[in-house]
Amino acid sequence: METVKLTIDNREIEVPKGTTIYKAAKSLGIDIPVLCYMDLHDLKVENKPAGCRICVVEVEGRRNLAPSCSTDCMNGMVVKTHTTRVINARRTVMELILSDHPKDCLTCPKSGHCELQDIAVRLGIREIPGQEFAEMSTYKKDFSPSIIRDVDKCIMCRRCETMCNDIQTVGALSAVNRGFMSVVAPAFEQDLEKSPCTFCGQCVAVCPTGALTEVDHTAKVIRALSDPTKTVLVQTAPAVRAALGEEFGLKPGTSVTGKMAAALRKIGFDFVFDTDFAADLTIMEEGTELLDRLTRHLNGDKSVRLPILTSCCPAWVNFFETNYNDMLDVPSSAKSPQQMFGAIAKSYFAEKLGKKRDELVVVSVMPCLAKKYECQRDEFKHDNNPDVDYSISTRELAHLIKSFNINFVDLADEDFDRPLGESTGAGVIFGATGGVIEAAVRTAYEVQTGKPLPKVDFTELRGMDGIRSATIDFNGLPINIGIAHGLGNARKLLDDVRAGKANYHAIEIMACPGGCIGGGGQPLHHGDSSIIKARMAAIYREDAGKTIRKSHENPYIKQLYEEFLGKPMSEKAHHLLHTHYFKKGNKDIFI
Amino acid sequence: MHLLVCGGTGCRASSSDAIVESLKSELAANGLENDVQVIMTGCFGFCEKGPIVKVLPDNTFYTQVKPEDAAEIVREHVVKGRKVARLLYTDPAKNEHVSDSKHMGFYRKQIRIALRNCGFINPENIDEYIARDGYQAIGKAITEMDPQQTIDIIKKSGLRGRGGGGFPTGLKWEIASKNKADQKYVVCNADEGDPGAFMDRSILEGDPHSVIEAMSICGYCIGASKGLVYIRAEYPLAIKRLKVAIDQAREYGLLGNNILGSNFSFDIELRYGAGAFVCGEETALIHSMEGLRGEPTVKPPFPAESGYLGKPTNVNNVETFANVPVIILKGADWYSSIGTEKSKGTKVFALAGKINNVGLIEVPMGITLREVIFEIGGGIKNGKKFKAVQTGGPSGGCLTEKHLDTPIDFDNLIAAGSMMGSGGMIVMDEDDCMVAVAKFYLDFTVEESCGKCSPCRIGNKRLYETLEKITKGEGTMEDLDRLRNLSQVIKDTALCGLGQTSPNPVLSTLDNFYHEYLAHVNDRKCPAGQCKSLMQYVIDPEACVGCTACARNCPVNAISGERKKPHEIDTAICIKCGACIEKCKFNAISIQ
Repeated sequence: METVKLTIDNREIEVPKGTTIYKAAKSLGIDIPVLCYMDLHDLKVENKPAGCRICVVEVEGRRNLAPSCSTDCMNGMVVKTHTTRVINARRTVMELILSDHPKDCLTCPKSGHCELQDIAVRLGIREIPGQEFAEMSTYKKDFSPSIIRDVDKCIMCRRCETMCNDIQTVGALSAVNRGFMSVVAPAFEQDLEKSPCTFCGQCVAVCPTGALTEVDHTAKVIRALSDPTKTVLVQTAPAVRAALGEEFGLKPGTSVTGKMAAALRKIGFDFVFDTDFAADLTIMEEGTELLDRLTRHLNGDKSVRLPILTSCCPAWVNFFETNYNDMLDVPSSAKSPQQMFGAIAKSYFAEKLGKKRDELVVVSVMPCLAKKYECQRDEFKHDNNPDVDYSISTRELAHLIKSFNINFVDLADEDFDRPLGESTGAGVIFGATGGVIEAAVRTAYEVQTGKPLPKVDFTELRGMDGIRSATIDFNGLPINIGIAHGLGNARKLLDDVRAGKANYHAIEIMACPGGCIGGGGQPLHHGDSSIIKARMAAIYREDAGKTIRKSHENPYIKQLYEEFLGKPMSEKAHHLLHTHYFKKGNKDIFI
Repeated sequence: MHLLVCGGTGCRASSSDAIVESLKSELAANGLENDVQVIMTGCFGFCEKGPIVKVLPDNTFYTQVKPEDAAEIVREHVVKGRKVARLLYTDPAKNEHVSDSKHMGFYRKQIRIALRNCGFINPENIDEYIARDGYQAIGKAITEMDPQQTIDIIKKSGLRGRGGGGFPTGLKWEIASKNKADQKYVVCNADEGDPGAFMDRSILEGDPHSVIEAMSICGYCIGASKGLVYIRAEYPLAIKRLKVAIDQAREYGLLGNNILGSNFSFDIELRYGAGAFVCGEETALIHSMEGLRGEPTVKPPFPAESGYLGKPTNVNNVETFANVPVIILKGADWYSSIGTEKSKGTKVFALAGKINNVGLIEVPMGITLREVIFEIGGGIKNGKKFKAVQTGGPSGGCLTEKHLDTPIDFDNLIAAGSMMGSGGMIVMDEDDCMVAVAKFYLDFTVEESCGKCSPCRIGNKRLYETLEKITKGEGTMEDLDRLRNLSQVIKDTALCGLGQTSPNPVLSTLDNFYHEYLAHVNDRKCPAGQCKSLMQYVIDPEACVGCTACARNCPVNAISGERKKPHEIDTAICIKCGACIEKCKFNAISIQ
């Protein structure tokens, strides 16, 4: 490997050619402040527009200061990271950025997690000269079912744009307007809801300020909890337990399932249930649908479309409804676990309680922002009463726990309530990329072959590569599996399917990099992608620790079919647990 | 005999199309339509006195011609050989007519290389370009020299980029030629955006083939078969003439496959800019051509490495290209004999502002500002006193009396706190307030910043606001310190050339006209009398006869007083429109 030698702050260093000054300095323990820069190394995402100019350093012989995030080291370079010239420039630039930033930090959703705030503290900014006659740039606020855009707080770091365009290939966000009035926004001044946005929330996950935040439902949840006429149920998605601890200072990758159940009970939920139960139910329906399509396909039925695509991820559903709406019969018709839970809770469980559906309030805790949109979709309502009333993110749950004065770290583990709280290891791994298809394979294999699996772990389906594929031997029948996470990868896979270039039988797609563990509603990773990997490890540890690891062996799932649904894909199951898709587009924007 | 009529945008706006028609019909009426040709050429440069009609071969230079003058020109000059004296240029110093343009102060010191054909040939006729040695340079390059030899000539000539950066052109070509790729591109930057600058437009309107030929030569040198001209959509005439020229060049086999029977193939397409100043910056220009938002990216990588569609791309400005064919034909030594040690050849400037001879000039590097302003430019309008000259477009600096004898070249202008830029030159007189001038330029850069980097996006806005505060009479000494610090930080930290130079008007006026800032801040006075907030209209009770004319004409009823008694202006209501001064017959109202 070719290397270059240089001096940073009077210390010599040799680095591989192509290393930036920022990274070289970091390897020496010199932490140059950065704002717009973001390196999600494990996801192969690097955002370095060199726009904020906070990371500037002095390079001997250079006329102006160099942005260290995007200036490569050169042989013989002499770099100084904190001369008075640098410090003055950094402070002045920071004062400029703050001079055009609202000062409502006290009530800002990002307060305490704001990277702009962190740097202002670090640089010791105490006043903004000339603020009294400084105009502020403004742009309309945008409220969607999932995401709030308050772009007055946008600092043009362009991270959201990188996620939306380069990683997700959604193209909902790009820089608009010029100069002082420039912001990142959907084209043609559209609202996010009218744009191709899928509500995946990856923009929110990387936004350093309060410009992009989730719609907060915690107040509504508290109101429901304090209403004596309501029975409030909560369900928690698999990925939440692998990340929630981070909000309380626990090491990334610490699984907090038991503490979370205890905390939810302390908050006052009447029933603390688990979306993992519904994940097992999803496998029953989706796995059966896969086998049904596969059998008919093998028997020569030309009307059957393969591959079958998973449909658990609401952002992915939005994406194919917009971009692949010529293929709406390809995805599985199975509802997502969140919606299956809601449908069962407000029918089967309501009957058990002897309550009417509108006496129940179903709250979901999700690592996801698209779930907020999903639960508001019309097809998931009966008489205008939604199957899931409120979806809150992992971050919102953390706020709830904090506001209820709960000492989370010291809580003793508790179990979920039954029947809708019992789950298998197959339900847990829904939280990581490849998990849904692995869970489906565990069940489909045994149902199809009638034999027990030789081993439960399908490590060939795991990992962080954006597109993966594997062939699983179903007792002599090779089943081709495809996996993609991140919508950009999904697009590549789907383009191949559309062009007839792929011969998969089943494909799992998750909109967020890493799957739900990297969801837009998770604790902020602030550009540290190793956190996502740690969460993934926690998910698989949780699975390995479960006694039952196949969905069809969940006794409460069996009971549900016996008492209520009949069998998978029965008429009742079809009515409650399956859905259909709609053509979405944005034709109206050109009118 | 030929009658050349200026067909530049300015003269066309003053009916030069109609002049051509009138001349033609007058000639026809006299039965001379086959003997005398009327040709619409590119810009002559002397826009102050346009529309221009030039008569060849005697070189008579008629100024401010109107369509109705055509009859007299034909009857007197063409038929009888008598010059129409009233249309000749009058030398203001000697107060006598000058008929031959060569003897006019405006042209005497000019050396026209890039503008060699502007005002001589019909830009829409390739034969006229060929008749003036056009397309000989590409022929010479292809048939007599290899690419490196051709590059060596450009290198040796000392030609530097005329778009503002001043990077050595030959070196740029050499770097692009050495980068290996299956496809390379030659890009002509015709996104001229400096307010008041129109040299690129004039070249494209007056001599489009020179640019086409130079782009082909560049393509031959760097190994590119594709050329792109990035031109502002606001230049319809330049676009039209460029399109005509490209079509003609293709027809003649001077563009397309196997040019002049060689193995070299090259063709040119146009790309339109939507009028963003920052797209003159080469990385922003390339992004705009790619269909992306026109904003710059960090260099390296330079376009020569990774440019349009990620391929090696050589970007040169129109004027740079226009010099190339001549250099190839006349040689590097000839070219480098003109100019200063480090800045060779000539530079085109657009003279504007408070100067007598507004127009486009081409002068050798090393000429002094004094020669340009007082000899070519004919001095300051209305006999006022020279105060400053702003060079380098909106992000150049304001130079003063003490810089007048500095030889103009790239390095001297930078040393003086300004820059060459693309060649705008705006002259200011004693009536101009330098704080207001700085504010004017910041207004432009605030508008044109792309918004990508914080120092330019927010910093320039804050500079503007501070300047506005000062011109309103609300400035403080801290504001002056802040202006300087902010300007320096913006220069030091902005991403691209636009931001790195945008504070120049502030810094140079702070350096050269600090006393004017102090007057605004400490005395709450605008020495030039331009800043309205610092002016007061006052009626002298001694001189006022109480005629009520001022009160009747005041649009905001700020003036009161009884008939035949002295009137008074309520300064709280007065909007300082000046209507009262105009109406007062007794000089009783003054500005203080």
